[in-house]
Amino acid sequence: MHRPTTEARPSIYYDYKVHKPWLPSAHATQERKKVVIAGSGPAGMVAALELARHGVPSVIVTSELQVSQGSRAIVFTRRSMEILQQVETADRMTENGLPWRFGNSYYRGQRVFRMEAPHDADDRFFPMLNIQQQYMEEYLLDACAANPLIDLRWGNKVIGVEQEEDFARIEIDTPHGAYTLETEWLVAADGGRSPIRTALNLQMEGASYEGFFVIADIKIDLPLPTERLAYFDPDWNPGNTILMHREPHGIWRVDYQLPAGETPEQALQPESLKARIDAQLAMIGHAGARWEMDWCSVYSARTLTLPDYVHGRVLFTGDAAHLLPIFGVRGANTAFQDAQSLGWHLAFVAKGLATEKLLGNYSAERVGAAREIIEEAGKSTRFMAPPSRGFRLLRDAVLSLSMSEEFVRPLYHWRTSRPHEYTDSVLNSAGDDDALFRSGPAHGAPPQNIRLSADDFLLDHLGGGFELIYFTEAAAIPESLQGVVAAVRARGVPLRVIAVGAVGQVDGADVSLADADGHFRRRYGVQASGAGYLLRPDQHVCARWLTLDATRLQAALNTALPQ
Amino acid sequence: MTATNKALTIPGLETVYDALASAIDEAGADKTELFLVKLALLNANALGHPERFEQHLQAALQDL
Repeated sequence: MHRPTTEARPSIYYDYKVHKPWLPSAHATQERKKVVIAGSGPAGMVAALELARHGVPSVIVTSELQVSQGSRAIVFTRRSMEILQQVETADRMTENGLPWRFGNSYYRGQRVFRMEAPHDADDRFFPMLNIQQQYMEEYLLDACAANPLIDLRWGNKVIGVEQEEDFARIEIDTPHGAYTLETEWLVAADGGRSPIRTALNLQMEGASYEGFFVIADIKIDLPLPTERLAYFDPDWNPGNTILMHREPHGIWRVDYQLPAGETPEQALQPESLKARIDAQLAMIGHAGARWEMDWCSVYSARTLTLPDYVHGRVLFTGDAAHLLPIFGVRGANTAFQDAQSLGWHLAFVAKGLATEKLLGNYSAERVGAAREIIEEAGKSTRFMAPPSRGFRLLRDAVLSLSMSEEFVRPLYHWRTSRPHEYTDSVLNSAGDDDALFRSGPAHGAPPQNIRLSADDFLLDHLGGGFELIYFTEAAAIPESLQGVVAAVRARGVPLRVIAVGAVGQVDGADVSLADADGHFRRRYGVQASGAGYLLRPDQHVCARWLTLDATRLQAALNTALPQ
Repeated sequence: MTATNKALTIPGLETVYDALASAIDEAGADKTELFLVKLALLNANALGHPERFEQHLQAALQDL
């Protein structure tokens, strides 16, 4: 019998709500579901919300009765906010989070590098936003609860999976005993230790780095701005790295590397934590400052991914699919991109708008993204936590040189999470004009946001399906294009037309944006009317034309929805 | 390594030889490695040519 704790988790700042478990005894026999999602973390909930947006119902089963223990993911990127905007939780993140864009690296008491993340006037969201994961989960939970297509079941733990030809049979344990649920698709969003991955005996590929890091959240009043702080090789922790981040509610994240050979159990002893946190505070000029521990944990750096995210009727996403190093805020931010991608790919297959080939593309694109992240994050990890004597020598040489030599300082800037560009996606149109554009988002790229007025941005207007952005000064979308749009819609494919450049409402367009000063066109590399961009439901570009015609629009849509 | 028109003259090489030896002594035994890695990075940056640096690595790895 599954017995999740009914005690609210302890926290200085967060008021945990313990939910009632969903009990099979209180419900009728369960018919086969379209989609069951194991896990109510960021990946699971965003996948459910994206599926619902496309009209596909899902059941989320989650083992616990409350949101995550401790702050966990605390830094969210602009692209994550754009994805959360699509599932209507970005406003609450913005209201309660702390935006930032500067990072500082210190060595021997000197600031040797200052990272300034660009903040484009066309972007609605800041490069980074700090907020504790409990709040992010709460906002997503509220969005799920408000959605009649999402059935979230607390206290439901997956204990077994069997696969048939066209469905999966899941054994679920609850505080009133087990029940069986059949589903056409099972989304494994069950986290880094994924029991489903283990049950299917799937092996991840990649590297695990030696060395542990403590993350501790402390409540303390520090008169410092919301900027990332990184300290290399300090006297109190020679050879190792310390990171600090401000969180809402007067909480600071302190993240430090352990000396070689020390175990996580030793590191989490209260006296060890206290001595090290006091030493860190003393080093930054706040010796003796009073603080209170909220939560602490230990992690190690890993760069691992499953080589395929589709296994029969089971689809992996988020940490269940890959384990990525913390440096560069890769966990939740990658999970959002995974889940957004899975949401539309799976919805289109579940609705019969494309064949299962589309799920193969989900796997190819997101495994590709994970491998790119592993490549980039591996560089950061080798600098932060050198895996061998050679790497340590090079890192130490760079620290030493950075005191006087400008050219090595960019090595302090570990690359932060950014949206993967699906440059080689099979969904990209082969016969379009992508190669002829000199600027603007290319094949597979996420869209460039555009500020339309003080509080009005392009991405506010997008979502829910394919989007054709058509640049025109005319009063109507050409009839031949309208014909293709109508035919595609008649098949049930959501496709909206955004007209850009005309003064009034354009016939045949769902949204008309004026672009009086030509700024939108310039950013999209468009010089004349008649150009167009086709965005997929995850807003990534799959085709663009300098002069769009009906035949090429149809061809691009055929390519994007493999039959 | 093949000589290029930027190769050291013999007096130049002799100057570098003495200067490097003295600097290694100045750095001290426990900082020699760190010093040499810093030097290699400075020289690599001045060289501005990752492929040629790779050739230098291979040449230096020979006959250790």
